[in-house]
Amino acid sequence: MPKRTDIKKILLIGSGPIIIGQACEFDYSGSQASRSLRAEGYEVVLVNSNPATIMTDPVTADKIYLRDLTPESIKQIVAEEMPDAVLPTMGGQTALNLADQLHQEGYWAEKGIQVIGVDIDAIHITENRQQFRDLMESIGIDQARSSVAKSLLEAKEITQELGGLPVVIRPSFTLGGSGGGIVWEPDQFDRKVMRGLELSPVHEILVEECVFGWKEFELELLRDSNDNVIIICSIENVDPMGVHTGDSVTVVPAQTLTDKQFQVMRDAAIKMMRSIGTFAGGCNVQFAVDPATGRMIAIEINPRVSRSSALASKATGYPIAKVAARLAVGYTLDELPNDVTGTTSACFEPAIDYVVTKIPRFNFEKFEGVDEELTTQMKAVGEVMAIGRSFPESLQKAWQSLENGYAGLGADRDESPRGEVRDRLKKPYWDRTLQIRNAFKLGASVEEVADISKTDPWFLHQIQELVQVEAEIRMQSLERMESDFMRLIKRYGFSDKQIAYLVMEDVTEDRVRTKRLELGVKPSFQLVDTCAGEFPAQTPYFYSSYETSCESEVSEKEKVVILGSGPNRIGQGIEFDYSCVHGVLAAKEMGYETIMINCNPETVSTDFDVADKLYFEPVFWEKVQDVIEHEQPIGVIVQLGGQTALKLSRQIEAIGIPIIGTSAENMDLAEDRGRFSEILKELEIPFPPYGMATSVPQAVEAAERIGYPVLVRPSYVLGGQGMRIAINKEEVESCLIEIWKQMPDNSVLLDLFLEDGIELEVDAVRDGDEVWIAGIMQHIEPAGVHSGDSTAVLPPYSLSEVVLNSVRRYVIEIADRLDVIGLVNVQLVTKDEIVYVIEANPRASRTVPFVAKATGVPVANIATRVTLGQKIAEFRERGELESTLIGYAIKEPVFSWDKFPEVPKELGPEMKSTGEAIAFIDELTDEHFRRPYELRNLYLSR
Amino acid sequence: MKLGQVLDNYRDTCKIALADGTVVTGVAIGKRGEIGGELCFNTSMTGYQEIMTDPSYHGQIMMMTYPHIGNYGTADADMEALEPKIAGLVVRAFSYQYSNQMANASLDSFMRSHGVVGISNVDTRTLVRHIRAQGVMNAVISSTDLNDESLVEKARGWPSMEGLELASAVTTESAYNFSEGDGPRIAVFDFGVKLNILRSFAAKDCLVRVFPASTALSEILDWNPDGIFFSNGPGDPRSMPDSIETVREAMTLDIPLFGICLGHQLMSLAAGLEVYKMFVGHRGANHPVKNLKTSRVEVSTQNHGFAVDIDSVQPDVAEMTHVNLNDGSVEGLAFKTCRAFSVQYHPEASPGPHDSHYLFQQFLSEITSPGALVESWPSAVSAK
Repeated sequence: MPKRTDIKKILLIGSGPIIIGQACEFDYSGSQASRSLRAEGYEVVLVNSNPATIMTDPVTADKIYLRDLTPESIKQIVAEEMPDAVLPTMGGQTALNLADQLHQEGYWAEKGIQVIGVDIDAIHITENRQQFRDLMESIGIDQARSSVAKSLLEAKEITQELGGLPVVIRPSFTLGGSGGGIVWEPDQFDRKVMRGLELSPVHEILVEECVFGWKEFELELLRDSNDNVIIICSIENVDPMGVHTGDSVTVVPAQTLTDKQFQVMRDAAIKMMRSIGTFAGGCNVQFAVDPATGRMIAIEINPRVSRSSALASKATGYPIAKVAARLAVGYTLDELPNDVTGTTSACFEPAIDYVVTKIPRFNFEKFEGVDEELTTQMKAVGEVMAIGRSFPESLQKAWQSLENGYAGLGADRDESPRGEVRDRLKKPYWDRTLQIRNAFKLGASVEEVADISKTDPWFLHQIQELVQVEAEIRMQSLERMESDFMRLIKRYGFSDKQIAYLVMEDVTEDRVRTKRLELGVKPSFQLVDTCAGEFPAQTPYFYSSYETSCESEVSEKEKVVILGSGPNRIGQGIEFDYSCVHGVLAAKEMGYETIMINCNPETVSTDFDVADKLYFEPVFWEKVQDVIEHEQPIGVIVQLGGQTALKLSRQIEAIGIPIIGTSAENMDLAEDRGRFSEILKELEIPFPPYGMATSVPQAVEAAERIGYPVLVRPSYVLGGQGMRIAINKEEVESCLIEIWKQMPDNSVLLDLFLEDGIELEVDAVRDGDEVWIAGIMQHIEPAGVHSGDSTAVLPPYSLSEVVLNSVRRYVIEIADRLDVIGLVNVQLVTKDEIVYVIEANPRASRTVPFVAKATGVPVANIATRVTLGQKIAEFRERGELESTLIGYAIKEPVFSWDKFPEVPKELGPEMKSTGEAIAFIDELTDEHFRRPYELRNLYLSR
Repeated sequence: MKLGQVLDNYRDTCKIALADGTVVTGVAIGKRGEIGGELCFNTSMTGYQEIMTDPSYHGQIMMMTYPHIGNYGTADADMEALEPKIAGLVVRAFSYQYSNQMANASLDSFMRSHGVVGISNVDTRTLVRHIRAQGVMNAVISSTDLNDESLVEKARGWPSMEGLELASAVTTESAYNFSEGDGPRIAVFDFGVKLNILRSFAAKDCLVRVFPASTALSEILDWNPDGIFFSNGPGDPRSMPDSIETVREAMTLDIPLFGICLGHQLMSLAAGLEVYKMFVGHRGANHPVKNLKTSRVEVSTQNHGFAVDIDSVQPDVAEMTHVNLNDGSVEGLAFKTCRAFSVQYHPEASPGPHDSHYLFQQFLSEITSPGALVESWPSAVSAK
């Protein structure tokens, strides 16, 4: 069936601010969907409150509403726009719930708006445990066995029938499953059962078979209106059942299922999708498999695109959201082409000839007292994905992508003590694959590790093989190494840095690289083509490996490399991806060939439709250097990808490739507190008195000189990690001990903390001649709360013209002095009409997308064009720098506290928010201003 | 380098030489020795054991595009014949260690005990792209002769698949009953039949009797079949004039006929259509096939190096019922002058999706209610 002509205007609902469990994968799906619907000639109206998204950019949709995701705001938008249909499957559970709520009210029907992409009547079933159970039973899909018990005796009988402990206790009708849990030991049984029976208002509990430790799988499906169903990919969790799939290390495709087992799973998934209504779109199904018997049970089904479908799209090259959106408007799969090959059909199941590993990224260090054990409740804030020609290679590349100091799966530092390895292996923690490696290093057997971790032995054997190869490298001399051996170990994913650490000589990473190139061992770049090489492909989507032919041909065009920002973390999230995407688009518009390097599967920047060429690679020096040396760009843009990209600027310059924008030297100048203060002194710009310390006595001396309270902060950290306010000597001491425990050798800064000061931040662009101030934001919360956690108001609401003039003057003077080319963000505090400069960062900041959305000026795009030689005056003449803002725009931080119930809710100099929303208000009497204003001092802590 | 010093797995060097002079060095897996055959590739990510034991691959060297092979070991249930049929195996990363509760042996020991030669640590992607560009060609794998020129010579000397009759090498020696059901009596012409085809009929309670490829039609008719099935198998169908004649005779009878793969090609040739050797062939478990009667798409298992020429399909002789969505090639035919239909792909799957399983039912429906030939879509995966 061709596309529907009865609908013309489609409302697309976004997923709102980033929270743990619902991140920028929905910016990826939403913007893909919007673009493909527009390409089909539909008018797309988009609503999302998250300003840091590409989907809310004018480039994405016809009309954008930056509004709260509430029924009221949807109704207002509908009244203005009168769309014909609403597509709620691209915005996570938030969008689906919102659409459902309005459906329950009968609102869509009343307005004659069709809900497309999902069977709205059927979605409850997927959320309601009992209804889902009943449905699965009716279609013959096996599930965890269970029975209802009304007494302790019954519970005992059921447990016996289920084969004994462990079992899961689920009290009926309690909120959020309270009173439930797993019973592992006989001595807990009576107590937990009785507690469950008491807590249940009907005094009933469900006693369920415990599937912890079973193998976990996911399938990604697409279905069209003609009921054709295809499986895009299978995903196998390396962490077995018991760890949320978002927190698990996962691999594409499934590795340990026979074809017969996989086909049974495929049939079941298709049956399940068909059972939840007739709709055209995407769907995700999860299964558990008992490793002892092979018995397969269904866990859940999600009738929408998800984090896993973003991963599946990047892992296979199949653009799920793009195709799902077209299916929602009536196309059938056989009518659509496979965009990657350009010649074959979209109605097929991708075949891949590589292995993809995803590792989640956590931010536990941000949350004091947090329980780091991984459970069924998701805790990860981001993820990385890596592609390799084997599992060991992709696993090592994924570890290189994490950007937490590892150069691969261990083998780059002193070994952990036996006791620590044993303790960490007992429970699921974020670094489980590393601890498995450590255990093998200490001589553990596959059986022992399998017994403790429940990880499938196939993965364990693979990791053990890595350890065996590692042992061999330790016995090798780099200088005498042969090319076959070098190639072999590179094929196992060992980085030059790991090799430098392992070989007999004391050598640097650079020396390994030089030797490797002398031996002729260079990486090859392979194409992600959806078809395992069966057909020629057109999409320039590459990964590196060490094969014998390179598929990435270098063009004659002038090329610009844009470095991405790696995994999402608190302090460095989607905002930087936003800037990167705009950087790519701007450079493309100026006629350059754009090359993106990034390893975050959730992002828009790693959509192979964005840059001219995508290298899905770790933003890890060796891999970045490989791409740069292969492509020979005219320069590299590092100022858009946050600290991740910035960190590499010195090394990029050192190999003779220019940094586009502010030079590495000048970026260092801003980063180095001592030199920066000299500059401020020279410019006669006030700054809080400060001191630097590498020892406790030094720090105390500095603190006493500065006067309390002092702000203690480590250098080179993200989102104010480890930053504290100390009010006396004892606190300075304890705070330093804490910092040096985490980051030994860090030189720590101590600033006078300007109590009750008002914090400001400014985003500006300089072209070499002049500085354009894109936006000045005033924070509602007092200084001391991290800027990322503050409610920011644009323009400032209570500052005098004198203060604002100083602010402008200081920003211009600093930008000039640092010879900034492109973006600069300056943070300031004002107290008693004096303006102090806290820091300046010559790069894209977290607030760039907010300023762009608030003012309607494409700040990141302009900044990129400026770095590539255009002048601010040109934009001004065309009136492109004029703000369209009426009233005020407010940036509201959003937290994920509910994911860490054991962590007290308090704000300080260390950033904790995971996302943000934007609100536009006319008057300061508006609730969006009044509420944070009233609460502004409440959570300030240290 | 002495790879064997690193890991036992790398102990024995092995080479694969192609007829066009390409030589790749890797390590030996399975049986040590030398073997030649047509080098082709398969894109299935699972099902290596089914592929290795599929008689249609007789005489071919199979290169798996998925890098890790051997992960889940081998199991009796995954056999498609009594023993492996491929000539040799080429992989990127061989798993000596396996993990699956169904398995009873590693792929390495399976290959050793059945005498299958193989090579690992080969950059299969580069080799696949080479074949994609140059077409399938003969090759030799050897861990005994490591001289490049000598190996290339051997690859060049290996007989070409074109014009090769191979069914006689894999067919049953004598007729046997595969199952004793109460349902329709199905006579199977065994040109190299996959066990799962027989299992699929047996599961529908058929009485299945398997006949050698050279059996005369009269002998089959003496058995009084309700339907005749022409199986898959290896080789060039154009080199099987006797079988084509037998099929032609069968097409004059009032008995339902069903053919898969080689059987489909023989039926096409018998009806006067033309068959050609493909440049690369289709081998995998992800090919989209559209049923032109229902407009439904089946994700199918494919394994063929020959195909029916679409231009030779005359409307008065046969109607194209199924088409490959990737390249538009003929995937299924309904014959006009008899109660016969055939498909190029593999509804018995194994390995691969079960989407096309309804074709077995379609055949049985034609037997029980003549003239039916209607689809009971989809039987394997219906939600109902």
